[in-house]
Amino acid sequence: MNIYVCLKQVPDTEASILIKDGKSIQEATIKWIVSPYDEYAIEEALKLKEKTPGSTVTAVCLGPERVHNALRTALAMGADHAVHVESNGYLDDQNTARALAEVIKKDSAFGVIFTGKQAIDNDSYQLHILLAESLAVPVATNVTAFAVEGPLVKVQREIDEGAKEMIEMSIPCVVAAAKGLNTPRYASMMGIMKAKKIEIKKITLDEIGISESQNKVRLLKLSAPAEKPQGRIIPGEPADAVRELVRLLREEAKVI
Amino acid sequence: MANIGLYIELKDGVFKKSNRELLSLARKSGQNVHAVVFCSDLQPVLPELRGIQTVIQVRGTDLAYQPDRYAQTMADIIAEFKLTVFCGIFSAQGKDLFPRLAAKAKASLVNDCLAVDLVARKATKPVYSGKLQAEFQVEDERALFTIRPNVIAVEEAVSNAQPEIKAFQLTAVPERTRITQVLKSSAKKIDLTEAEAIVSGGRAMKNKENFVVLEELAACLKAGVGASRAAVDAEYASADMQVGQTGKVVNPKLYIACGISGAIQHFVGMKTSKIIVAINKDPEAPIFKKADYGIVGDLFVIAPLLKDELKKLL
Repeated sequence: MNIYVCLKQVPDTEASILIKDGKSIQEATIKWIVSPYDEYAIEEALKLKEKTPGSTVTAVCLGPERVHNALRTALAMGADHAVHVESNGYLDDQNTARALAEVIKKDSAFGVIFTGKQAIDNDSYQLHILLAESLAVPVATNVTAFAVEGPLVKVQREIDEGAKEMIEMSIPCVVAAAKGLNTPRYASMMGIMKAKKIEIKKITLDEIGISESQNKVRLLKLSAPAEKPQGRIIPGEPADAVRELVRLLREEAKVI
Repeated sequence: MANIGLYIELKDGVFKKSNRELLSLARKSGQNVHAVVFCSDLQPVLPELRGIQTVIQVRGTDLAYQPDRYAQTMADIIAEFKLTVFCGIFSAQGKDLFPRLAAKAKASLVNDCLAVDLVARKATKPVYSGKLQAEFQVEDERALFTIRPNVIAVEEAVSNAQPEIKAFQLTAVPERTRITQVLKSSAKKIDLTEAEAIVSGGRAMKNKENFVVLEELAACLKAGVGASRAAVDAEYASADMQVGQTGKVVNPKLYIACGISGAIQHFVGMKTSKIIVAINKDPEAPIFKKADYGIVGDLFVIAPLLKDELKKLL
């Protein structure tokens, strides 16, 4: 099976995010990582490849030059091929989905496409579905268990209150990974060495006929949310402190 | 005047209270508001829908949620009623449904909005896990927005006028993504993303059994029970309880963090809570810098005392 993983490079979860010019962030000091949910996607793709003889995994990533590192991570974990879709500005979700779909469509035999349920930078929670719709294939989101049974993909996805939906889809399809799906492997030293030798294929947006001018969602501005003023520690013996806390919650904060 | 549509989400046939936020936002806009409800009996829901213009009741022999047919039906409604803006709740179902609708209705979607100007089609949403906020302008022919629960102030309808009711037949489509079964959680849990109060435990819970201390406290607040990643990774709590970067983003009026140190990855999942209370043995724990009220002490002493004190009041 020709398995695909769409991944995104995002700032490390620990990173402080500072605004540069109202519309973009200061990138100089940021450590970049593969978005955590995309790591689950890579792992599940590799597991499927191991179970399905003759399969390959192709990692696809859209972004500027620096995303090569994210693709190298996927290759080092065990992906076979990598495609970099070069984009240096802000592309809205529809255009991003179309761009990824154009790349994947070049392979008429694409199988399961894995991605994370969200990228932890824009947190837009829609790319995987727009990608599936662009390719006219089914999609399941927030997936915590995955299996292929004959011609069908069977997944479990988490919905509200710990409830779960069981979903069946035919292949090809898109599967958006959530925490709990698996434990991503670490790249081995051999994997890292091997990854260095694999050529990353580059595709420009021009080649697939997509440009920022087609965006239909425009970023107006970024702002830092108002910081909460420092709170207070309620002193005293436990019973007194608790009594005072309840009074404050009731009379000052008015939340109970 | 713009035609605005709202997707009224039902849970097991019951009106979800987060819908009131959508309705408040839409009524306030002064536009022509249409509420779309998938149900065979509208009567229990109608009192909630006062003060808007039209209710579109979707009917069919089987109205259970299936993403493809729900999205196609709503896309057909958007076309038929010439709706240019359409809103829903940023819930598990909203997250699944609205991007599908965006593709089918040739619309652009902004998810997880904290504020929306329905007329100007501008929305503010958290980005970088809430470390920043972004304002977006939708320039597409149709704009879709999903709204984070517990953000918009609920206001009662000014007018008591009953909306006009129109029936719409569920569109039959091939179910490419087919839900074959819904497994309910064995315990009756309160959904954290829509909870008004949450009691969370961290590594200091020490084991799974100790969570009963938090459950008892939560019960008297009608609160949900959450956990930090440390507690989930140590298997003291299930993954669906995790609040934070790789878990749920929650937004209650009251968040009580028990034995949670307050790493940035946890904080981004609960920082928009109206009031944060921290209970921790370590006076240097970062959580105290972010909490409105803190008590330095052993959670196994403080939480039961708090439960008893609340019981006297509530």
